[in-house]
Amino acid sequence: MIRIEKLHKSYPMGKDSLHVLKGINLHIKEGEFVSIMGSSGSGKSTLLNIVGLLDEHDEGDYFLNGQLIKNLNEKKAAILRNKFLGFVFQSFNLITYKTALENVALPLYYKGINRKDRLKIALDYLDKVGLKDWANHLPNELSGGQKQRVAIARALVTKPKVVLADEPTGALDSVTSDSVMDLLKDINNEGMTVFVITHEEEVAEQTKRIVRLKDGLIISDELTKVVKVVKAAKAV
Amino acid sequence: MFDLDRWREIFQSINKNRLRSVMSGFTVAFAILLFTLLFGIVSGLSNTFKSAFNDDAQNAMFVRVWKTSKPYKGLQTGRRVQLRNEEYNFVKEEYANKIQYQSARIYKNVAIKYKSKADNYSLRAIHPEHQFLEKTIIDEGRYINERDIREKSKVIVIGRLIKKDLFGEKNAMNKRVNVNGSSFLIVGVFSDEGGDNEERQAYMPVSTAQMMYGNNDYISQINLGYNPDLSLDAAIAFGNKMERDLRKKMNIHPDDQSALSVRNMAEANKGVGMFMGALYAIVVLVGSGTLIAGIIGISNIMIFVIKERTKEFGIRKALGAKPSSIVGMVVQESVLITTIAGYSGLSLGTYILALIGDSLEKDYFIKDPSVSPGIVIGATIVLVLSGLIAGYVPAKRAANIKPIVALRAD
Repeated sequence: MIRIEKLHKSYPMGKDSLHVLKGINLHIKEGEFVSIMGSSGSGKSTLLNIVGLLDEHDEGDYFLNGQLIKNLNEKKAAILRNKFLGFVFQSFNLITYKTALENVALPLYYKGINRKDRLKIALDYLDKVGLKDWANHLPNELSGGQKQRVAIARALVTKPKVVLADEPTGALDSVTSDSVMDLLKDINNEGMTVFVITHEEEVAEQTKRIVRLKDGLIISDELTKVVKVVKAAKAV
Repeated sequence: MFDLDRWREIFQSINKNRLRSVMSGFTVAFAILLFTLLFGIVSGLSNTFKSAFNDDAQNAMFVRVWKTSKPYKGLQTGRRVQLRNEEYNFVKEEYANKIQYQSARIYKNVAIKYKSKADNYSLRAIHPEHQFLEKTIIDEGRYINERDIREKSKVIVIGRLIKKDLFGEKNAMNKRVNVNGSSFLIVGVFSDEGGDNEERQAYMPVSTAQMMYGNNDYISQINLGYNPDLSLDAAIAFGNKMERDLRKKMNIHPDDQSALSVRNMAEANKGVGMFMGALYAIVVLVGSGTLIAGIIGISNIMIFVIKERTKEFGIRKALGAKPSSIVGMVVQESVLITTIAGYSGLSLGTYILALIGDSLEKDYFIKDPSVSPGIVIGATIVLVLSGLIAGYVPAKRAANIKPIVALRAD
């Protein structure tokens, strides 16, 4: 699904440039639940932005769903994002003057689906995250956990290939964090590829594969206990 | 292309950000309001000037005589100058190609009597073309014609108010009235936009008057309409030349204004034209300045608005919005606000003009202040364009910000 080879990224900082990603190789298959761990400055957000087509890489190859991503203009990038990717942000990024339902329906508007259908689909997804009764509330009438669930519904509504979550629990307390993670696990269990960035060990442990970044390089890439337990159980 | 969803997005965005929308609309509405008022008042002023000259034709010229004020060729000061048919014919032949209409005028005060009713009226003895010079409107019957002149007919055309005085609501046509002791046939009734005085006039053939009052060939005044193909300057030159020629012919000092003068509407028109031209130039200058200030105002607000919405645009782009869709949305919103606001200003301005129009006419000589449809259409185009520019430039910039940068904005 996602294949990255020898990926480099630098940001110009005045005369010098800051070398953030120093040759990343990463392969994520369909249906995986991967977390990227690293302290701040490790390059994990940059990696997510590049994977999410929100930013461009300097060197190396990036294949999304088998397609080489190179020299994209904004328009092509927008179409690919709409088609293949769903985003969940730390700060939710809901549009404040739109209701939960309208927020969820927005990606479908850019997909060109008519209003009646997109509101119906959006309501289904809100139901899926347990917020059907909150459909007509504005974001500021929702709790943090509810907002994040609306954002997840919005990320899923276009049936993307990959859901990218940038610190999805970063702004939430531990109880709501768990409920959001449970939701992501459910999505993954339905076959969706989920790509999470976090610096919290507890969050990473709930995924199936942890990739650790340090100073722009991958220092470890291993399956979590969850998978090992499942595998062990299967072996028996 | 009509896109209901796009409009829904725009209305939602306007509706949810009312203060912002009202603010950006306000500058435009105010600019257009000022522009409308300014323009309306000046056009009202121009109407006043036009109607002041509406009594007579715009191309009218009058040859008038009085007493000499300068001795000339042995002739004394204070000599009474008298125009005759000779001068009338001289003008007619000499300047035939420069004259559209020509008529003599003899002024008399007459007593007109019908049955038991009688009153004194001023009378003008004239040629048929006088009708066009004075813009006389024939309500009934006819005007004085060439045959009347030839046959010195005892016919009379009376003003609407004379008819009202003498006949009331009854028919006056083909009735005989007593004019200073002679019987005249009423052949026509007229009205005139020049006011009540003009409608208390009576007209008779110039030849009839000359026969009846002294049996001479005197005339009081020569009225002309210069050829409308002449430019104002050419018409002024023509008037000056005719004045010189007539003075020479009648042995009057070349500079004796008192003895003989030509009053030329072309001169007045030129003066008014220059004055109005200058006034309109000022209005256009001030008005477009106001409009530009309004446009700059809305551009400023749009820049602020777009800065405020950068994050929203980032979110929309992350969700798959193309840059063009964001630019389109902002531009459409901006055009909508400017157009609605502009029209509110325009309507309010027009309404205020209509409201205060009457009182202005009495106190400030501003008649019927209004804006022409051409101005409205022009203003619409300016509004749409300004909305387009005000929205496009900042939106284009915002849409080109990378989503990752836009998302970071707060």
